[in-house]
Amino acid sequence: MNVWEQFLWVIYPYLVITVFIVGHLYRLNNHPFSWTSKSSEFLEKRVLKWGSTLFHWGILFVVIGHVAGLLVPVSVYRALGVSDEAYHVIALSAGGIAGLAALLGALLLMGRRFRVKRVRATSSVGDLLVIVLLVIILLTGLTATGTNVSHTGFDYRTTINPWIRGILTFRPDASLMEKVPVAFKIHILLAFGLFAVWPFTRLVHVFSLPITYLSRSYVVYRRHSSR
Amino acid sequence: MKIKAQIGMVMNLDKCIGCHTCSVTCKNTWTNRSGSEYMYWNNVETKPGIGYPKKWEDQEAYRGGWILKNGKLELRSGGRVSRLANIFHNPDQPTIDDYYEPWTYDYEKLTDSPEKKHQPVARSKSTVTGEYMDIEWGPNWEDDLAGAHETGTRDVNMSQIEQSIRMDFEEVFMMYLPRICEHCLNPSCVSACPSGAMYKRDEDGIVLVDQEACRAWRFCVSSCPYKKVYFNWQTHKAEKCTLCFPRIEAGLPTICSETCVGRIRYLGILLYDADAIEAAASVTDEQDLYESQLSVFLDPHDLKVMEQARRDGIPEDWLEAARRSPVYKMAVDWKIALPLHPEYRTLPMVWYVPPLSPIMNLFEGKGSPSNPEDVFPAIDQMRIPIQYLANLLSAGDTEVIRNVLKKMAAMRSHMRAVNIGRESNPEWLREAGMDADMVEAMYRLLAIAKYEDRFVIPAAHKEQCSDLMLEQGACGLDFTGGPGSCGIFG
Repeated sequence: MNVWEQFLWVIYPYLVITVFIVGHLYRLNNHPFSWTSKSSEFLEKRVLKWGSTLFHWGILFVVIGHVAGLLVPVSVYRALGVSDEAYHVIALSAGGIAGLAALLGALLLMGRRFRVKRVRATSSVGDLLVIVLLVIILLTGLTATGTNVSHTGFDYRTTINPWIRGILTFRPDASLMEKVPVAFKIHILLAFGLFAVWPFTRLVHVFSLPITYLSRSYVVYRRHSSR
Repeated sequence: MKIKAQIGMVMNLDKCIGCHTCSVTCKNTWTNRSGSEYMYWNNVETKPGIGYPKKWEDQEAYRGGWILKNGKLELRSGGRVSRLANIFHNPDQPTIDDYYEPWTYDYEKLTDSPEKKHQPVARSKSTVTGEYMDIEWGPNWEDDLAGAHETGTRDVNMSQIEQSIRMDFEEVFMMYLPRICEHCLNPSCVSACPSGAMYKRDEDGIVLVDQEACRAWRFCVSSCPYKKVYFNWQTHKAEKCTLCFPRIEAGLPTICSETCVGRIRYLGILLYDADAIEAAASVTDEQDLYESQLSVFLDPHDLKVMEQARRDGIPEDWLEAARRSPVYKMAVDWKIALPLHPEYRTLPMVWYVPPLSPIMNLFEGKGSPSNPEDVFPAIDQMRIPIQYLANLLSAGDTEVIRNVLKKMAAMRSHMRAVNIGRESNPEWLREAGMDADMVEAMYRLLAIAKYEDRFVIPAAHKEQCSDLMLEQGACGLDFTGGPGSCGIFG
């Protein structure tokens, strides 16, 4: 194992995770005003309707799929009696549909961001970067999945899965990534690139999903706090 | 019972001259920043007209306010689950074209142009894209009925108006409607905000947006039936009328009230029972909403109310202000000020005295009342149709409007008689349900309209909750990335 592999699969992920966490805390504490979903529906809502809806619902299921495939150990599936073939069929079909929906949505959003004048004029570098990165990551992810349709082929649940869990539990092992096809590798490296810029872009709004709204009273009162 | 205090406003439309001074001073104070140039926290609409933004009263389209769903109060745009399901695309949200695309002019052309055969022209330029644009709509596009032959009939309030009242020149009517945020008792914008960034202040009822907590979900914009929450396309945060709370806290009137040329605006405190809000907003018949809203207000002269108010933490000087409140007098006591579109069920807190208008048939000579002073039968022949005012101010109940206009007309006739040394006809006051004392008090407040009578604003007790020494000269808006400093050098 050479230094490069050690860098790409151990040092780089930890650098990114550090930037991700510290970046979010920094932004939340020092620039709370800038924390917003940066909606541009006010400037254009026709394309956004399809783009945003497809992308967000698609990516939501894509994330669920990634948790199921990357954070749940393969032993859990085996213990539950889910055969490799069944897992593969479900992952491929559900993941494929969600991924294609997200990609289509992201393409619409990207076209809109670059071509609708009002949206383009009010876009920051971060906005442009994020949507381009998302499209590329979705493309590489779908390519990796598309080139690995046979259930007897490469299984990320025995390679990428333990590797990422190792990273998250501070037991990193770069050697697990040795046999991973290059399409998956590119997908992973780009995704970490996205995580690195994440805290400094509009993507922070992911952590603002207002779940508490469901149980809140409608009208909110606030009192001047007494000294 | 849980007593809270609410600052309310009354606007006497009978005296509004449509000069837009309120809009201009408001804009100069609050919204002369990039991203907010299209916002009019205060605007003055000429009615009939579609208003600002276009057709804001069309709740079939924008789905603002509340409705009764199986007898229960629910946001018209749907409940909590459907709101989160629509969070990626708000189907009811207006876009910039429903307001107008803000523009500036290419002034440089005027000074830099070489000598030419024709005068150089400063072309209009979008402040969003920076490109040249044609101006097709803007704030006050319909000012003084401009284009009303086209837009006037699209006014939502024109429904149920007799066929004879058209936009024909001979029969045309108009009135001014200045509008700010209603600071509702049952605010639908606050209720629709998923982030909990919008709130109603417990002490004075002012509705505000916490700029740091706003996440740009934009449901406040669509859920406010008055379209008085705006979206800043530059900072990506919702903004709205603050009722000039820094001034109110210091006991000063809002800037729109302070600068009102016609002195049509009044500010004062009302005490209300917070536990009665939901029931009041949930009455079945829309036309009962005006009365049910009145029923939540408490008599500040009632000793029991005063006692309970003290227990609920309302300071003594606020109770005193509630007793002197011009808003209490006009809205609750005399019942001459009415809520705008009570049918939205938000229990709005800006009240309007409907305008009198010339009597049509009197001037046209057909079927005129025999005696020009015989004003009551003529109320239904006023140029502004009663039905139109009712659609604006009483959910279509013309009787409510008739009663107010009777009081206004009786006051005029009575005071005219008194001032020119003639006998006042006691029939006028009896018919309008008033006595001489009430008329004189009404006259003093409406016609003389002294500053200290119009604005009875108790100062906030900030000394109990903040470090005033530290806050001296602070602004609250001049943080990094914020909308800006309030200093002239900032």
